[in-house]
Amino acid sequence: MSTHAAEKRSFGAVLWDYLTTVDHKKIAVLYLIGGGFFFVLGGLEAMLIRIQLISPDNEFISAQFYNEVMTMHGTTMIFLAAMPLLFALMNAVVPLQIGARDVAFPFINALGFWLFAFGGILLNLSWFLGGAPDAGWTAYAPLSILSPHHGIDFYAVGLQISGFGTLMAGINFLVTIINMRAPGMTYMRMPLFTWTTFVASVLILFAFPPLTVGLFEMIFDRLFGANFFKPEMGGNVIIWEHLFWIFGHPEVYILVLPAFGIFSEIIPTFSKKRLFGYSSMVFATVLIAFLGFMVWAHHMFTVGLGPIANSIFAVATMAIAVPTGIKIFNWLLTMWGGNIRITTPMLYALGFIPSFTVGGMTGVMLAAAAADLQYHDSYFVVAHFHYVIVGGVVLGVLAGLTYWWPRMFGTMLDEKLGKWTFWIFFIGFHLTFFIQHFLGLMGMPRRYWKFLPNQGLDLGNLISTIGAVLMAVGAVMFVWNIIKTTVKGEKVSHDPWDGRTLEWAVPSPTPEYNFKQTPLVRGLDPLWVEKMEGNGKMIPAEPLGDIHMPNSSFLPFMMSLGLFIAGIGVIYQVDHKAWWIVAAIGFIITFGTMFLRSIKDDLGYHIHKEDLEDEGAGVK
Amino acid sequence: MTHDEMLRSDNLPHEPEKATLEGKNKFLGFWFFLGGETVLFASLFGTYLALKNSFGSEEGVPTTELFGLELVFIMTVLLLTSSLTSVYAMYHMKNHDFKKMQLWLGVTVLLGAAFLGCEIYEFYHYVHHYEHTFTAHAFGSAFYTLVGFHGAHVVFGLSWILTLMIRNARRGLNLYNAPKFYVASLYWHFIDVVWVFIFTVVYLMGKVA
Repeated sequence: MSTHAAEKRSFGAVLWDYLTTVDHKKIAVLYLIGGGFFFVLGGLEAMLIRIQLISPDNEFISAQFYNEVMTMHGTTMIFLAAMPLLFALMNAVVPLQIGARDVAFPFINALGFWLFAFGGILLNLSWFLGGAPDAGWTAYAPLSILSPHHGIDFYAVGLQISGFGTLMAGINFLVTIINMRAPGMTYMRMPLFTWTTFVASVLILFAFPPLTVGLFEMIFDRLFGANFFKPEMGGNVIIWEHLFWIFGHPEVYILVLPAFGIFSEIIPTFSKKRLFGYSSMVFATVLIAFLGFMVWAHHMFTVGLGPIANSIFAVATMAIAVPTGIKIFNWLLTMWGGNIRITTPMLYALGFIPSFTVGGMTGVMLAAAAADLQYHDSYFVVAHFHYVIVGGVVLGVLAGLTYWWPRMFGTMLDEKLGKWTFWIFFIGFHLTFFIQHFLGLMGMPRRYWKFLPNQGLDLGNLISTIGAVLMAVGAVMFVWNIIKTTVKGEKVSHDPWDGRTLEWAVPSPTPEYNFKQTPLVRGLDPLWVEKMEGNGKMIPAEPLGDIHMPNSSFLPFMMSLGLFIAGIGVIYQVDHKAWWIVAAIGFIITFGTMFLRSIKDDLGYHIHKEDLEDEGAGVK
Repeated sequence: MTHDEMLRSDNLPHEPEKATLEGKNKFLGFWFFLGGETVLFASLFGTYLALKNSFGSEEGVPTTELFGLELVFIMTVLLLTSSLTSVYAMYHMKNHDFKKMQLWLGVTVLLGAAFLGCEIYEFYHYVHHYEHTFTAHAFGSAFYTLVGFHGAHVVFGLSWILTLMIRNARRGLNLYNAPKFYVASLYWHFIDVVWVFIFTVVYLMGKVA
């Protein structure tokens, strides 16, 4: 029960610990490993794409393989890399930022991770089982319905399983943030990362069910003879586009809002100023989320929904630029007159602001429906969303990992190497994607396997590939930094950046109960308030007492494994009915463990106050 | 709070389902879950409305001829009544009367099972007398997916409530299981609300259009 640093444990014991853990800090590490693995995989897929497009008429990979790589790059990066990496940071930081001992549903938190992991593995098994999905990450019907091999089935079932996990993670964060805040931590004192996690969770809750339904319809069409997307049977392919984008557009904000939150933590810390316009930041976050649900049809301007629909969605889309602009100016004004320290996380923040602004600006260009007919499905769109996703989310994740690394692991990533990583990645990023705006405007369509020589596209594509190589070097340097820092194992203090928020008030390594005594929050940036008052540490809000802890459990792993097995059975039952046996076994495992979970009492345990760690533990 | 306090069935507070932090979390989390479920069914309704009476090049029976309101009306009465009986059960839970709670939950389960029986008969009827199947045309797919998702929710709800009733039959109500009973009843109400919309959008609107 105690976390004695000296205690040496066997590999098996550590593995079992992580397979059964319900501790949000360890689940954060699991998300980091899972998301990091898929990020590398998606990056390799990106490299294959860029090598294929390094020169005209290239034959590096086949057309079919290109389609699979292109599809899996998008799907992996969005569902299996970006979101889990953000969940890693949310799990590591949000409970600490609000002064909570744990999340609201530790068991469901673990279940969410394992569902994501097994869904991601199932999706990627397709590489070895006859070919990956090949209809683009948007999987538009009828392309997806007509795809002959099982790739799309793996897409639909794998995303379904990992989508359940995402939904659970969203509900868990919502309840945690509403119910588990420490005394004095009012809504308008919550750090911006907590706020953006909260709003992103609302988006997850309402955006994922349409995807669930769309995926079910796709599964039914492909595997059970339904006719949702078969026009000759009365079906309608546009239904998929609507359902996908009703999910897909909020998904953009599910990814980027937490990244905004990360930068809203980093910029005040390294400017030594409170966030400029805190309440307008909160308001802008909520407004972006609200508008984010009303703009999905701007992905469908070319479908032919009519001038009225296109105009309404165009105007709504342009309106999102207003709250986003508010945020940009608030970040700039936070730095204005501040005592700025150019650390690695701050460098990422400084790089993020202009990069994301470019992505936002091309977004407004795309929102002009009439002009969009020209940009649609060209490399201009590819450039736009990579400026948003890489310039916003990836820079945010790298910044957040560097910033919270001491909190998560007690060590500090090498600053010098970190800055080199930033510059190489940042230059590579602009080299890769800036030129793609012009490739698109010159008429290069997205998702094409080849381009022809002598159309003015050669140099641009070569530059883009060189940039991609630099990004890969940057990513390798980041991983190298992690290895180097971990091997060195040099511990740093619990508050190495001179932080302002509650996560820096707990000792390092973080005790499993986080706070020995729940802290009393007396203002925005609570730790900074106490530092200014001359205390330097939080005032406890309660006397020392026994601490209730949740039990570890292997059931989340089993439930997810069951769905994984059932998924394989369901995919292959079209080939031979005997696969239903496999599906049945999987469902029995899943529902059996759910039944077990229901009937078996799980009351947790208590750490008695006499057993709480002395040295440096608790509120410090 | 010690484990004994969680599991004793005497001396319960007024609203035992919300007396513990775990209970409060479960209550709030389940409401959020139902919010997500609402969007799920909204998406299914959207698909259904888009594909209603859409047969493509296939033969099919339109809604005006397919649906009969008599059986559906009985099903509606059964399910609405079961929602009322689950309210009685929760009323007795708040008064710490475990036996009466179990009794009314039992009535709820019986009514739910009767509803399910009618629905199975209804589907059987459509398939065998009208050749209205899941794979026949897009309308069939949309109809069985929407109504079938609701039916699957009924099956899950019944199994859930039964599991809770049997598991806790001997030890009675306590602070640990009260929130479980409560969210199960919330789920049951949700199923009922969805059916009201199915009755209106699928059957009533199907008869007039």
